[in-house]
Amino acid sequence: MATQPDTNPDDLTGEHRTRPNMTWPFPPRERPDLPDLKPETLAAYLTTAPLDAVDIADPMWWEADVEQVFLKRLRDEAPVHFTDVNADRHRGYWSVTRWEDIMAVDTNHQVYSSEASMGGITLFDMDPDFIMPMFIAMDQPKHDVQRKAVNPIVSGPNLAGFETLIRERTAEVLDCLPRGEVFDWVDRVSIELTSRMLATLFDWPQEERRKLTYWSDISTSDPELPGNPSKEERQVILMGMLQEFMALWNDRVNAEPKTDLVSMLAHNPATRNMPPMEFMGNLVLLIVGGNDTTRNSISGGVYFLNQNPAEYDKLRANPALIEPMVSEIIRYQTPLAHMRRTALEDTILGGKRIHKGDKVVMWYISGNHDERAIENPDAFIIDRPRARQHMSFGFGIHRCVGNRLAELQLKILWEEILKRFERIELVEEPERVPSAFVKGYKSMMVRIPA
Amino acid sequence: MAHITYVEHDGTSHVVEVADGVSLMEGALSNGVPGIDGDCGGNAACATCHVFVAPTWLEKLGERSEMEVSMLELADEYRPETSRLACQIIASPLLDGMRVDMPATQH
Repeated sequence: MATQPDTNPDDLTGEHRTRPNMTWPFPPRERPDLPDLKPETLAAYLTTAPLDAVDIADPMWWEADVEQVFLKRLRDEAPVHFTDVNADRHRGYWSVTRWEDIMAVDTNHQVYSSEASMGGITLFDMDPDFIMPMFIAMDQPKHDVQRKAVNPIVSGPNLAGFETLIRERTAEVLDCLPRGEVFDWVDRVSIELTSRMLATLFDWPQEERRKLTYWSDISTSDPELPGNPSKEERQVILMGMLQEFMALWNDRVNAEPKTDLVSMLAHNPATRNMPPMEFMGNLVLLIVGGNDTTRNSISGGVYFLNQNPAEYDKLRANPALIEPMVSEIIRYQTPLAHMRRTALEDTILGGKRIHKGDKVVMWYISGNHDERAIENPDAFIIDRPRARQHMSFGFGIHRCVGNRLAELQLKILWEEILKRFERIELVEEPERVPSAFVKGYKSMMVRIPA
Repeated sequence: MAHITYVEHDGTSHVVEVADGVSLMEGALSNGVPGIDGDCGGNAACATCHVFVAPTWLEKLGERSEMEVSMLELADEYRPETSRLACQIIASPLLDGMRVDMPATQH
């Protein structure tokens, strides 16, 4: 049963609150007047601020890792809640925070659309001047046809074939790590492993693998943040990516079909005639999908085990717990914090009237901490019963296509870590990604005792 | 109540008593039958409880919902005639003695 709180008649007759599409550049963000931006200060503010005064999509909360304080309040007090703060930037959005309500949205693709031209699948609309169609941001029937074109590469039998290669690569990366010296786990391990894997999936030159990481970061980067490429620069960089991939496509479309993703797309009748922007969109999807997500779960595992030494002891004593631990890491990290939909018709969700055209944000990172669905959700428990029942991969027809590959990569990583290292010590708090979409780490300094 | 025989891809079979009103996915999970994951908890939303049902038994089950079909079509080894999600099959005396076969992997 989805949430049915007391329905306020005003909620059911309310005016259409979602505003028209925003135009670039956005006006500055409205932010609370705070003495400093320390996590404790931000968390204290979120504990008492009026629910209607907070824009939880502001990257500031995520960089400080304090968003859960507010999401818990939404779950308890306003499980389907409309945010108007900064609506001149994002045109207003519904936050859906309870497990059951998120499930209701995710499984109702007839009403809740993922369509790119309506804004797509993230809280901030896809750049309307640079629409990249991709199957995650399509509705049926086209979504199903394109998804099926890439599905075989991450199917069970195909993954079995990858296992030896992943183990060799993982061993290579771990064997090169320094002992008794501080280094960045994100760069040396998380990015290294995911970029090697991606290069393999695309049959992309291994020596240029960091380009894939770069494009992944660019495609999810916020053009407003200092240091990031502007909107126009981003378009140029991604067009450059397209050009390099077009060269591979042209080689492979006339060659015998192979098992890499480019060849699969070039030979499948469902995708071989894609317009260039659609090819680019699907590339971005596969690159981000295979990169940002697993990367941050690889880093997250190290962080959580350091925060929970008793769990680390449990793991060392019983490596058979790696399998449930992998699911628990993915739940606890929730590397993509949300997915967004657009309502195709007026509907009711959790007693609130959702209007046609409204943005509806499913906060997976909140559903994964919903005590109504998960016992003791704030604890990191590596042998949690039914650890697989988490929301990080989403549900319904858009559920993550690469989930099994991600689990396999993490499982092999921890098997190889336990063979080699007694401990990986966190030396300071990690630096986090300022994003309400990618929940992750920029850097994480660690030391492996000599 | 129904006795259900779950057959793994390698032929290993497990006979489990599933109480009336309980799904065959739940029956497998709570009795430790390997090969069924049930990641979404029974909402036909993940296709990790994919099973094959013989035609004689299929007749005793209801029609598949649109959601179930959509999810099955994206699953490995989908067979249009016999694929079902175990979370959408609810045990009753009518199903006593039923056999379900599992694919090599759940995806």
